[in-house]
Amino acid sequence: MDEADTKLRKAGGRLCCICNQRRAALKRPKTLEQICRECFYEVFEEEIHQVIVDNQLFKPGERIAIGASGGKDSTVLAYVLSELNQRHNYGLDLFLLSVDEGITGYRDDSLETVKRNEMQYGLPLKIVSYKDLYGWTMDEIVKMIGLKNNCTFCGVFRRQALDRGASLLKVDKLATGHNADDIAETVLLNILRGDIARLSRCTSITTGEDGPIPRCKPFKYTYEKEIMFTYAYFKRLDYFSTECIYSPNAYRGFAREFIKDLERIRPRAILDIIKSGENFRIATSTKMPEQGTCERCGYISSQKWCKACVLLEGLNRGLPKLGIGRNKGLNNDRKKDAKQTSGAKSIESKQCGTLDF
Amino acid sequence: MACNSSSCQSGCYKNEFEQEQKNSNSNSKPTTTASDSNICLKCKSNEALTGSDTGEEGRFCRDCFRSNLYGKFRLAVSSHALITSADNVLVAFSGGPASRVALQFVHEKQQTAQKNYDASRDRSLPVFGVGVAFIAESAYCPVSSDEVDEAIQKIRSIVSLLAPPAKELHVVPIESTFSSDSFDGRERFKKLLDSVSDATGKEDLLMHLRMLTLQKIASENGYNRVVLGLCTSRIACHVISATVKGQGYSLPADIQYVDARWEIPVVLPLRDCIAQELNMLCHLDDLQIVELLNGPSTGINGLVSSFVKLLQEENPTRECTIVRTAAKLTPFYFNRIPELNDSNVPLASRRRQKRFNLKCNESISSESFCPLCYSPLNTSDLNSLSSSKSRQSSDAFGAACCSSCRFQIFPNDSSSMEHFYSLLPEPLVARANRGFSSLRKQIQDCLLSDNEDET
Repeated sequence: MDEADTKLRKAGGRLCCICNQRRAALKRPKTLEQICRECFYEVFEEEIHQVIVDNQLFKPGERIAIGASGGKDSTVLAYVLSELNQRHNYGLDLFLLSVDEGITGYRDDSLETVKRNEMQYGLPLKIVSYKDLYGWTMDEIVKMIGLKNNCTFCGVFRRQALDRGASLLKVDKLATGHNADDIAETVLLNILRGDIARLSRCTSITTGEDGPIPRCKPFKYTYEKEIMFTYAYFKRLDYFSTECIYSPNAYRGFAREFIKDLERIRPRAILDIIKSGENFRIATSTKMPEQGTCERCGYISSQKWCKACVLLEGLNRGLPKLGIGRNKGLNNDRKKDAKQTSGAKSIESKQCGTLDF
Repeated sequence: MACNSSSCQSGCYKNEFEQEQKNSNSNSKPTTTASDSNICLKCKSNEALTGSDTGEEGRFCRDCFRSNLYGKFRLAVSSHALITSADNVLVAFSGGPASRVALQFVHEKQQTAQKNYDASRDRSLPVFGVGVAFIAESAYCPVSSDEVDEAIQKIRSIVSLLAPPAKELHVVPIESTFSSDSFDGRERFKKLLDSVSDATGKEDLLMHLRMLTLQKIASENGYNRVVLGLCTSRIACHVISATVKGQGYSLPADIQYVDARWEIPVVLPLRDCIAQELNMLCHLDDLQIVELLNGPSTGINGLVSSFVKLLQEENPTRECTIVRTAAKLTPFYFNRIPELNDSNVPLASRRRQKRFNLKCNESISSESFCPLCYSPLNTSDLNSLSSSKSRQSSDAFGAACCSSCRFQIFPNDSSSMEHFYSLLPEPLVARANRGFSSLRKQIQDCLLSDNEDET
């Protein structure tokens, strides 16, 4: 054994600091520990298991939809959840739920990936399309309104599409692939924008419990780097990696870069930001918008019409500016229309078109 | 910031909106033409200041800019009772523009009070006293002692020119909290800083030591307020860096007008002024600045300040927004000037205290503080404390600290921990011990063995 050790050392490799047997293959981004591949998978998966157990994300017998875009986060989420479901007997019925925005050259390709995932993990897949739900594809919308504000349409429509797809699948919960970097970024952006209401809820691991379908983020404490570089790379999971053709990369904001810089100096900064977000002393008296239902489609809405219906009406009447910004719209009798109903945390610099929003 | 791109999906249409507003403004005032666009917005007679590309100063003329800035100071002081006539305030002066303006404004306020006092018949309102503190950090900075002496000479002349009323200047080396013997203190101070490996932790520790020194000067010389020149820009940086360090819980304690958790309350009258304005004022009024080479901040703090600077360049109100967001977090009970029930304070000055302060019941009272950085601890930190069973006073000290200090300031292993503990200045350890006993009372029901001797 000793000989083997020295041999390993001579070969320039250090031993994994967890098992102390195999050669360390990577420096774990979260802790900078040098560990071997096998141990990495184990701690990576067990950490997620711990998060699921500690936060009681799922109950036995529940039907869970995984928001699947074909991107790295949701692909890894689908893999890990189906793995953990078997290993720890969660007793969950898992489904993949994808939204087809109708973006040629982008979504059609990524949906192919999701379809392959369906085969690989044996999870039933449901695809809801903008065309079916709203009568418009994103390609048609962009043709009409151009490349300005198109992401507003996409974001509002996707939020509703996911909920509709989830109710078609009759699932109890929707799991999304938001990772720790995404959440840290949202915390910072909400501070920068002065949005105290969102700041207070952006760190909760489960949201929308009062809504039709609660959403949860099992990757809340999982580093993007661990998902991306190591996991997807080592395990060679099949995932799709291109950005939306309507959302150029330049859009990725300052905040994203800042977090990457922070991570370089101090990896635990990402977790610290989330911790700060959880511990902020925010008076609970912050007013929440009254929740009602849309008079037109029945979806939850704080206004007469939900945001999607307002936007859709604009498209159908040839007035695409309707419901955009603070100008007069259908709900002009109430203030803060745009702010509250668009509810989606659309400020995150996620590429448009990924389902993790 | 997310809104300057055409593909922004944030649902915020600020640019367009502003554009519209601008249009409607120019429509409503047809007299406004391009030629007189740089007329002061306030007095509408003088020419507005130029030479600076961004910020508020572009809108006002020199006098209006000055009175606007002084107005922010005066409003902060009067609405939060930061300085009242019975007080004796110590202005912390680093030599930089912010504290230079703080000193100037406090001086002007004192002059006004003196004038009123001289003019009044019954002389019922005394004039508040002002002292100035300069903390010499030659033990830490890589500057030669000649340069420091020169700086101190300059500071002396600045302070002596700000009279009448005369102000006492206290030049105190930072190591004086460690020991009365300057050589011994210097050695311990250096060793303590050297034992901190994290660059950010070192900077933060230095900040705490500065505050300890100010407190020492204030309490030894009978001051009852410490005035800091912290401005919006610095506070904005603190908001972000505290968030990044995981100090979200204690953050609201640090960014209010008043911080009375210290023996001598600390007040921030320049909380609403941005750094750019303060620099501008120093430039306009030829206020002399003493720039000592402090070295650029490194690590997290340096990264955060360049990030905030970038954001501010992109949107000149960003720093204000950051501070305003953080101001919506619930402050602590000590973020207000304690009520004056002392009968020694003249009635006239008591009556003059306007209070738009927080009401007591609005803020949650929290009694335990990190013994190192003195930030309030939240319950999860307290839980980790109650589970520590160690007998060593150094370990108990470490366990009582906030997780941020434990990570970035404390040594990792327990043997160097003891060394670290032995280097800490007296006041800090004493405060920690006081803290332990009150803490123990709070968590008593969770403790299995009730042993007092370890604290």
